[in-house]
Amino acid sequence: MPADLKDSIVKAVAAATNEVFSTMLVMEATPGEAYCEKVPQVSDGVVAFIGLAGKWTGTGMISCSPALACRLASQFLMTDYQPGSEAVNEEVLDAVAELANIIIGNAKNLLEEELGPMGMSIPTVIFGRNFTTRSAGQGEWIVAPFHCEGERLEVRMHLAPAREAAPLRHGYQPPECVELR
Amino acid sequence: MPLDILIVDDSAAIRKILQRVLRQADVDVGQVYEAGDGLEALETLKNHKVHLVLADVNMPNMNGMQLLAEIKSRAEFASLPVIMITTEGSQSKVMEAAQLGAAGYIRKPFSADQIKDKISSLF
Repeated sequence: MPADLKDSIVKAVAAATNEVFSTMLVMEATPGEAYCEKVPQVSDGVVAFIGLAGKWTGTGMISCSPALACRLASQFLMTDYQPGSEAVNEEVLDAVAELANIIIGNAKNLLEEELGPMGMSIPTVIFGRNFTTRSAGQGEWIVAPFHCEGERLEVRMHLAPAREAAPLRHGYQPPECVELR
Repeated sequence: MPLDILIVDDSAAIRKILQRVLRQADVDVGQVYEAGDGLEALETLKNHKVHLVLADVNMPNMNGMQLLAEIKSRAEFASLPVIMITTEGSQSKVMEAAQLGAAGYIRKPFSADQIKDKISSLF
């Protein structure tokens, strides 16, 4: 991934996260030093991810501890969700999924100026412990960490150019259908 | 007369937030209905008369743009104002919504005031 694009992703994620925290959560998220990794190093907590597809394709992901998930949901929905794994109910997971949708969606809107239009999937959210994460895509993930009330929120994004259709072999175009008489 | 409103969003979190915002709005809000996608929304519209629809764009089964087109194509619903509330911020989506007849386009993240102001401007 070109260095310019990494920089654009970090800036877009920071702007989107800051806007969501200030507008809808009324909380502060202080950005940490962004870095790259080959495979998402996430094995515990609450994870929400969203697929991106266009001329560039990839995935956006947010992850945090159950305690921070409860805190974010409490602010987002103005309902008190006490920290602890028992409190990570459907409403908390739905709130984290929607926050991922808004953060990744707004980062995508900013990146579209550079990368062209991209569609987004519906978010998927996972809560668990000791899970293993793998990515079928090649290339690096950009990790943008944020510190919030003593906890850590991580926003990850992986983008690569969409694969072109395979070229014709020896110029031979197989027929789409054959009529038998 | 109180306004009956339909909220269409696949996120229960956003539906809950919008319910709360509507209760704080300057307009007199009556019944608030909820639907998780465009198909559910059309079913609700068949059974309940509403004065305003707030719809997300990116939803399963029938998305917000398809719902908007469907509402505007039916004589019985054509005059119903529809405000799109979505993460999709590209100019092409805004233009598409305007061409289909949306009464407004609010980008997420939104503030309560943005929603209240938009509704007040329509009624």
